[in-house]
Amino acid sequence: MRIAIASGKGGTGKTFLAVNLALKAAETQTTLLMDLDVEEPNGGIFIQADAADVHKVTRAIPIWDPGACNLCGKCISWCKFNAIIKLGEMILVMPPLCHSCYACSELCPMQALPMEQQSLGEIRHLKLGKLDFTESKLDIGLEQSSPLIERTLEFADEHFGDKELQLLDSPPGTACAMVSAVKTVDYVILISEPTPFGLFDLNLAVETVRQLGLPFSVVINRDGIGNNDIYKYLEKEKIQLLAKIPHQREIAEMYSRGEIIYQQVPAVDEALNQILSKIRSLS
Amino acid sequence: MKEIVIISGKGGTGKSSICAALAYVAKEELVVADCDVDAADLHLILNPKNSEVQDFYSGVLAEIDPDKCIACGLCQQICRFAAIEPHEKTYRVIDLECEGCGYCYYVCPQDAITLIDQNVGKFLISDTRYGCTLVHAHLGIGADNSGKLVAKVKSEAKTRAKTEQKAYILADGSPGIGCPVIASLAGADYVILVTESSKSGLSDLKRVQELVTKFQIPSACIVNKADINPGVTSDIHKYLAKNKIHHMGDIPYAEDFHKAIAMGRCLIEENETRWLPIFSEYWHDIKEKI
Amino acid sequence: MRIIFTSTGEGWDAKIDPRFGRTDYILVYDEEKDELVAHDNREIMEVAHGAGPKTAQKIHEFKADVLITGNGPGGNAAGILKTMPLKIFIRAGGMSIREAYEAYKDDALEPGA
Ligand code: SF4
Ligand code: SF4
Repeated sequence: MRIAIASGKGGTGKTFLAVNLALKAAETQTTLLMDLDVEEPNGGIFIQADAADVHKVTRAIPIWDPGACNLCGKCISWCKFNAIIKLGEMILVMPPLCHSCYACSELCPMQALPMEQQSLGEIRHLKLGKLDFTESKLDIGLEQSSPLIERTLEFADEHFGDKELQLLDSPPGTACAMVSAVKTVDYVILISEPTPFGLFDLNLAVETVRQLGLPFSVVINRDGIGNNDIYKYLEKEKIQLLAKIPHQREIAEMYSRGEIIYQQVPAVDEALNQILSKIRSLS
Repeated sequence: MKEIVIISGKGGTGKSSICAALAYVAKEELVVADCDVDAADLHLILNPKNSEVQDFYSGVLAEIDPDKCIACGLCQQICRFAAIEPHEKTYRVIDLECEGCGYCYYVCPQDAITLIDQNVGKFLISDTRYGCTLVHAHLGIGADNSGKLVAKVKSEAKTRAKTEQKAYILADGSPGIGCPVIASLAGADYVILVTESSKSGLSDLKRVQELVTKFQIPSACIVNKADINPGVTSDIHKYLAKNKIHHMGDIPYAEDFHKAIAMGRCLIEENETRWLPIFSEYWHDIKEKI
Repeated sequence: MRIIFTSTGEGWDAKIDPRFGRTDYILVYDEEKDELVAHDNREIMEVAHGAGPKTAQKIHEFKADVLITGNGPGGNAAGILKTMPLKIFIRAGGMSIREAYEAYKDDALEPGA
């Protein structure tokens, strides 16, 4: 069972929920948590173990062969992502802009742009009892998250396909990175907060998940800070409210120190129990 | 005309709330640009009306004309994104997977493939209840927030500021460290980093500041929820001093942030005696530094 | 010397465009010929990603010795500019082209990385 924890925007408690849920689940079953917020992975602040193994991730990029090139310049017009430019007698490929589509490489009349594997980022894996945790980080200077997200998911299939529960801390927003993370899962848990910002962003996330045709439900974080509009929305849209996590300053304090929260705050523990029993009823 | 950009790296630091409060203080002097188009929230406080709406196009998707397609399958073979599948004796494009690279378009022997410009969202210029103009955008689902959209929001804000003779543009910047945030920073005169007192707040602050340094734009920082973790807050202060980032001030953890948002107001409207002096001073500080 | 300015308009009184990649105009001043030529770069607005490198490519074609702009160029563009024998000066945003040129003559501009 693979479950994504997602939200319409950052800062709603996505990582907080993912980390606490994973640790709690791992008390009784084999669990995998993947931090796929590859631009700004933060899960590793909360989950620490002595030994971590690091796996390099690569992808194919065209490398210019000056000996073969006749400077026809066609590759520049083929590349829809402006990843190739011509500087005088030189063809330059910019890896951060390349989408590895192979068009320039395979269309080049002189075979002057062979594809080679180049570093994309890394997956750090560590193990803590029944919990396996992976954190994926894009190389500095690279911008496209989706390829790394896809490779991490493949990596998980390969090495951790047998885990009873696979949780994924998805990138924030509803843009392509979030979609590439969420589209492979069995179920989505959306997390939001009861404010107009939270409602607006949740609405976008709900539309996205519906468009992907995935079953989902909602957890409300910081219950008590705003108003009831979000609950009315859930009722009207017939969306299941899975759990509420109360608004408490202590939670923010513990979180800021990188602490695990459910063992210290019974209300959080209770919310996690509700979520886990839902998850277990799915499989 | 000067452009001030507020960014935060990580979500949930109170960036939009701070942006709205500054807009309130300086409403006579500025045009507001919401470049955080992934989670455009400012409009929830500023209540835009009389919007001038334009469609926004970016990137392409392939489309196969089944009448021209002879089902040779070449496009499916070369597509690295598995975005082409057999369909009723010919082939079709799976929109969600299509990367818009155009490779299939170049190889199709029948010219059966067209590349269609993608309408990825809307772009709006609106009046607000504060009186200042707001330039903002709504991105469609799964669309990529590109530098193009952010650049467009900013350049439209600039045109507005010119015709309205406003001296400042206040931009709520994009999150992350990618192309949109680069476009948010491009052309800025001053950057305000909003961070929060937590380990993740500090690590995200460092990542965005790296980018700001690359652009060589002077920056200042507001530490929100500063009393949540005094240890981290003092680490942040040290980091600011070491990197010559102007420390504008600390804001203690305040329920007013949530209360104000819940009512669709900015902090100052929520509690004027408390917040007006703080943000007036911030605004003064910003103007002095520019 | 050939000097390039990123600019918001066409003549000496136009302002330096603080943006590098998405600058509206590229002005080329040839000191020997005393000639200022403006190149319209506004089509760059239609570019979603990679505006910086595209502008850098143009600058390469103009074969300049000096570039005067506002903010520093972004990572991709900076890498390309480094391959050229080009002196870069930044933080001229807001100055007119004339002021920026004079500041350059007086050695008063800040060198870019
Ligand atoms: S298409 Fe091939 S031969 Fe032509 S310029 Fe590009 S690399 Fe050189
Ligand atoms: S592989 Fe595709 S995206 Fe990369 S440089 Fe070549 S044409 Fe551009």
